[in-house]
Amino acid sequence: MNLNELTIKQAHEGLKKKDFSSVELTKACLSQIKKIDDKIKAFITVTEDEALKKAKAVDKAGDFSNPLTGIPAGIKDIFCTKNVRTTIGSKILENYVAPYSGSVIKKLEDQNYILLGKTNMDEFACGSSTETSHFFQTKNPWDINRVPGGSSGGSAAAVSANQCIYSLGTDTGGSIRQPASLCNIVGLKPTYGRVSRYGVIAMASSLDQVGPMTKTVEDAALVLEQIAGLDKNDSTTLNKPVPNYSAEIKKDIKGLKIGVPKEYFIEGIEPGVEKTVKEAIKKLEDLGAKITEVSLPHAKYGLAVYYIIMPSELSSNLARYDGIRYGFSAQGENLMDQYLKTRAQGFGAEIRRRVMLGTYTLSAGYYDAYYLKAQKVRTLVKQDFEKAFEEVDCLVTPTSPTVAFKLGEKTDDPLTMYLSDIFTVSINIAGVTAVSVPCGFSQPKDDKKELPVGLQLIGPQFAESTILRAAYNYEQATDWHKKKPIVE
Amino acid sequence: MALSKEEIEHIALLARLGLTDEEKKKYASQLSSILDYVEQLKEVDTDGVEPTAQVTGLENVMRQDEMEKLDKETMKKLIELAPDKEDNLIKTKSVF
Repeated sequence: MNLNELTIKQAHEGLKKKDFSSVELTKACLSQIKKIDDKIKAFITVTEDEALKKAKAVDKAGDFSNPLTGIPAGIKDIFCTKNVRTTIGSKILENYVAPYSGSVIKKLEDQNYILLGKTNMDEFACGSSTETSHFFQTKNPWDINRVPGGSSGGSAAAVSANQCIYSLGTDTGGSIRQPASLCNIVGLKPTYGRVSRYGVIAMASSLDQVGPMTKTVEDAALVLEQIAGLDKNDSTTLNKPVPNYSAEIKKDIKGLKIGVPKEYFIEGIEPGVEKTVKEAIKKLEDLGAKITEVSLPHAKYGLAVYYIIMPSELSSNLARYDGIRYGFSAQGENLMDQYLKTRAQGFGAEIRRRVMLGTYTLSAGYYDAYYLKAQKVRTLVKQDFEKAFEEVDCLVTPTSPTVAFKLGEKTDDPLTMYLSDIFTVSINIAGVTAVSVPCGFSQPKDDKKELPVGLQLIGPQFAESTILRAAYNYEQATDWHKKKPIVE
Repeated sequence: MALSKEEIEHIALLARLGLTDEEKKKYASQLSSILDYVEQLKEVDTDGVEPTAQVTGLENVMRQDEMEKLDKETMKKLIELAPDKEDNLIKTKSVF
């Protein structure tokens, strides 16, 4: 086995026992990037020299007591990383070198992690396929004619193709879970406020959350333990103890009550995905879980709520890109002209579309009909989950209604693209937690190729231990996560 | 719900977003189809339902109003990021 194929857990044990060095581990990842990233295009920036220098220093210090020390990670290009270019996949920040590291990156730096580089993403995390990136399209390692999902598509592809040991992503409506599902890796969206967003470029602030993208459930638990917790620089983080997730997940799931929301098995879901997920649910039952049907009556409104709240908050957050303080700046005749040109040339088509939409739904005369109405339905969506969690410990659904679709297939029709998020957005709307774990393979409607399917486990706020435990028990009883793409 | 060219121009100006004529046409039809899609929320009865802005129930998180001093290196870098500058200041076109 090559070193770049290791999980965090395996790499950590190897480093501790001095089976190999952090330099060797880092070189293995860098060599995989060199070998296949021309095809996959997962990385916007590769920090080879800095990574090797850091690994050398870590080896010299020789203290591998923390599970992330000396382990190479690819980080989504939405995280501010000090002195490293941070583009958010946009022309407007194409040359932006972050003058500081955000809180989560600072935590990883304090544990002497190795930054391999920054991974590609949809511009400002707006997309479900990584095709809106200003730089290039990332390919799915399982089929390079298909999308890796998005917006954290570069992260998912890099982990799946063993270009790094793990990655960090962000999830506003499914941007960790959906690409994890399409690339056969594990992706966790923690509860809103569980992980600090300070130094993470804002998309939609009432929905954004940071989370791990890993090869195994145990790795996701290990990363979450390191990054979760209160941060004085993010007033939405909560002062709640961070459980020992990696120990909690190893308990069994005998008697665990798992609900299957009937609204999630609807028309539009690929038959193969439905079949695969139903088999996975049967497996959870075999492992001792008690499966019952539940109802989330407002689930069908989740996407409409999302496509009001998200663009509204996005348009507000993106007002700061004025071409004056940092980022791309166009020449204009006067201040207004400079604003108009900077934002016309600096933002891509999907961003301009969403900023227009958000500006409209927040504008005078329309605020009540759109944003306020959406926030009220948001309350009902949230209450659906609360009621369901009075009956069951967690919920199980497909992560995505389809397997990976073809590049370019949905780029002309925004609404069709938005439907990729139909099973994931409600989780952000309610602020609860969910994880996607590999659960099998299925053929797309247009091909004989078998592509990965993800199982989504949803828990109440701060029940990461519960969903990770269910996911871990399922993963240990199956081999899906061990299947790797062959990139030639 | 169809948006007029005037409405599109008004929104673009509010958003400080320069648009070409072609984009105005494209966005008028695309925004209309998205707005048609979200119209479905009208069928939900929300009488007496409070809006949710903060999902975990936190409110009014306070801190001391204290200044944090940045190190000189970071301050220098922050100024360097500006597209147009003079001495230690960020330069902008006149507002009026």
